[in-house]
Amino acid sequence: MSKSEAINYIPFKQKLRGYLKHPMSLFLLILVIGAAVITVGLVAILLGHLLIKGIPHIKPHLFEWKYTTDNLSMMPAIINTFIMVILTLLIAVPVGISSAIYLVEYAKRGNKVVSVIRLTTETLAGIPSIVFGLFGFIVFNTMIFKGYSMIGGALTLSMMVLPIIIRTTEEALISVPDLFREGSFGLGAGKLRTITRIVLPYAMPGILAGIILSIGRIVGETAALIFTAGTIPGVPKALTRSGRTLSLHLFELVQNPQAPTDRYFNAAYATAVVLLALVVLVNALSSFIAKKLSSK
Amino acid sequence: MNYKMEINNVNLFYDKFQALKDVTIPIAEKQITAFIGPSGCGKSTLLKSLNRMNDLIEGCLIKGKMLLDGEDIYGGMNVDILRKRVGMVFQKPNPFSMSIYDNIAYGPRTHGIRSKAALDEIVEKSLKNAAIWNETKDRLKKSALGMSGGQQQRLCIARALSVSPEVILMDEPTSALDPISTGKIEELMSELKKEYTVIIVTHNMQQATRISDTTAFFLLGEMVEHNVTREIFSNPKEKRTEDYITGRFG
Ligand SMILES: Nc1ncnc2c1ncn2[C@@H]1O[C@H](COP(=O)(O)OP(=O)(O)OP(=O)(O)O)[C@@H](O)[C@H]1O
Ligand SMILES: [Mg+2]
Repeated sequence: MSKSEAINYIPFKQKLRGYLKHPMSLFLLILVIGAAVITVGLVAILLGHLLIKGIPHIKPHLFEWKYTTDNLSMMPAIINTFIMVILTLLIAVPVGISSAIYLVEYAKRGNKVVSVIRLTTETLAGIPSIVFGLFGFIVFNTMIFKGYSMIGGALTLSMMVLPIIIRTTEEALISVPDLFREGSFGLGAGKLRTITRIVLPYAMPGILAGIILSIGRIVGETAALIFTAGTIPGVPKALTRSGRTLSLHLFELVQNPQAPTDRYFNAAYATAVVLLALVVLVNALSSFIAKKLSSK
Repeated sequence: MNYKMEINNVNLFYDKFQALKDVTIPIAEKQITAFIGPSGCGKSTLLKSLNRMNDLIEGCLIKGKMLLDGEDIYGGMNVDILRKRVGMVFQKPNPFSMSIYDNIAYGPRTHGIRSKAALDEIVEKSLKNAAIWNETKDRLKKSALGMSGGQQQRLCIARALSVSPEVILMDEPTSALDPISTGKIEELMSELKKEYTVIIVTHNMQQATRISDTTAFFLLGEMVEHNVTREIFSNPKEKRTEDYITGRFG
């Protein structure tokens, strides 16, 4: 059957007449289309610019194992980024998930501690990252690790992503229907078993979404890391030493006094493309995992 | 007559609201007891307090005594053991999002059974007793969520049977099902009472007449009348019971 035969098919002419009769809805239609075009256009321009400027400068020397002022390699920064992501998640994920489990599954409703924790996480979420950087600098650099360090950076980032993980995990846990908890308790299962075997698996896609959001935040962060992990352009020998992540590497390339020379700028563009690719990869991975888990 | 459970002068409060008023019902062993009554009269509340599912609700206060084989269930009894002995089937089928096999094995595993052979045997026996073995035996490793609502409910009954309970509580187990699935579950219940004591909440009075041995009628938190089902429906002693079963309630 062709489309125009369908009884619910409205020919263009008729639609147009409808809009002319109601000029306000025509105006709104144009507005909505306009907004969509502008949004898509901006993204296209930004991406296009970056790719055109960056891709031609992605050269093998940018991926040499050691950074020198000659090759401006981003390889150490890529490795540091991975270290930073893993380190931060190792700290923030257990703490965040446990807090959320406490808030949803253990704390009594209307409990004072709960409202304090909620308020704290909400406040944490609203603090600008440069302030975290300053705090991390004072606590980790001057008091604990005596200098710039990866671990200091990871601890600072943990504080930043903790609210994300707590929030998303909380929401995921709340969305688990009580039916399942009751089913489990009704068989004589205790609280711990019910949470680990029934509730957490069900909430897993939501929890993973939060973790991946956090990874994006870690990969993209600069302000909080300048003061804490520092900007040494190599893979550190120990976690108590400084090392720059990819975002900071990009920042440093542009900041460098010699940056206006093409060499630094080109490397910066190339780095930006890799950074972008990394973020896209993380997002793709997240939707893949979410789909995989929810279809099971 | 042998009483499996006894509910003696139970008063139950949700904060200030009194949901059960001085309820006393003896539950006969290996019989089906039906709870009927209008919405909000406390049937589910009473049922849930029989395996302490009300423990999960804040502000729920219970006075009186409830006994299982003469033992006070709110005394020193371990809650997990109580719930193993007094199983529950809920109004909405609630299989876990895992395989059919794992759904049934969840309970036994909870209580420490690890051996594959033992679990296999329990799974088969439970599914057979819940009259759903033929429909599931070729798809035990498949997700339980792929089954129809009626099958899911029978799976939940099998799951309740898996821990060898002595009493099975059922809260409107067929209200979400079509007539054919309902028929299957009713047939199943008549089978179950050979081995288990069953308490069922139902809004369907034909269902109560078809399957139950005794019926208790509730109104506004009070247990108005408890008697042999045939008596309740043909010859109610209380005016309020008669009004309700003849549909003149209101
Ligand atoms: N968790 C709770 N907190 C406060 N009040 C409750 C709670 N659960 C039930 N109630 C109240 O207790 C009364 C009895 O509820 P219950 O669920 O036992 O009724 P029911 O007889 O099962 O009704 P239905 O036939 O609709 O399922 C109702 O007035 C209800 O509002
Ligand atoms: Mg009810």
